[in-house]
Amino acid sequence: MSTRAVEAWTLAPLKRFVAEAGARLVLLMTPAGQVMAQHGFSRAVDVMSAAALGAAIMASTAEIARQLNQPPFAGLTHQGERHGIFLGAVPTSRGTIVALVVYDLDASSAGLVQLFFEQLATELQAASPKEGVPKQVLAADFERELSDSLNTLFGR
Amino acid sequence: MTAAPFERALDLITRVRGVRGAMLVSAADGLVVAEHLMEGIKGPAVAALAGSLANRLGRAMEAAGIGRSVFWHLQGTDGALLVVPAASGILVVAVTDANVNVGLVRLELLGAAGVVG
Repeated sequence: MSTRAVEAWTLAPLKRFVAEAGARLVLLMTPAGQVMAQHGFSRAVDVMSAAALGAAIMASTAEIARQLNQPPFAGLTHQGERHGIFLGAVPTSRGTIVALVVYDLDASSAGLVQLFFEQLATELQAASPKEGVPKQVLAADFERELSDSLNTLFGR
Repeated sequence: MTAAPFERALDLITRVRGVRGAMLVSAADGLVVAEHLMEGIKGPAVAALAGSLANRLGRAMEAAGIGRSVFWHLQGTDGALLVVPAASGILVVAVTDANVNVGLVRLELLGAAGVVG
């Protein structure tokens, strides 16, 4: 399974997380759905769909929390018959990173993913570059940025 | 069932001398259902890893044709982890000192497993 990163500093923490938690698919992205790293995806179109859906779910749950006068939820777990999905956010010096994790229930569990997500969060916070302002992606540049990211992630 | 019987069952386990904590863990999820732990024991970590171990151990025992597990005793240099899987998929877990009375803890774990079903 391939693990690739657009932002190189995310790669080592992501690889460790995948190995420890036994995750099948992982996306690290911005809350807007801009992909920073991925593990396990073989097609760019799947990454684009997963990033868009993950970002939308995070936005929806953040709004629910806001309407309840609560801080945003720390994590979201959705468990099916054979797979589970976990979504969590990590504040770093480069902005918030959203992690979307898909795991097989016969290889991992919600508890394991949540446990090692805490470690991933700590490692991402420590590894994130402290200097420099993260580049804002404008709507006009979004498609080009997306295309560049996918080229990096899939080695095209 | 309310949480009160769970609390009572865990309380009986932790009354045994040398028991540092007791937990009910969902084996499938590796999540804590109830816990009664001394400070310093990482409940969510123990739960996640015990759940993972239960899953793999169950498959190993099935492959070996020796039925389902009824009691595990993992002895470490500084303590032990004792586990009784209940029929409902809950693991009753005790974290103990190395020199605990294992037989007594096992009896309490089996009693708690009966309570949680």
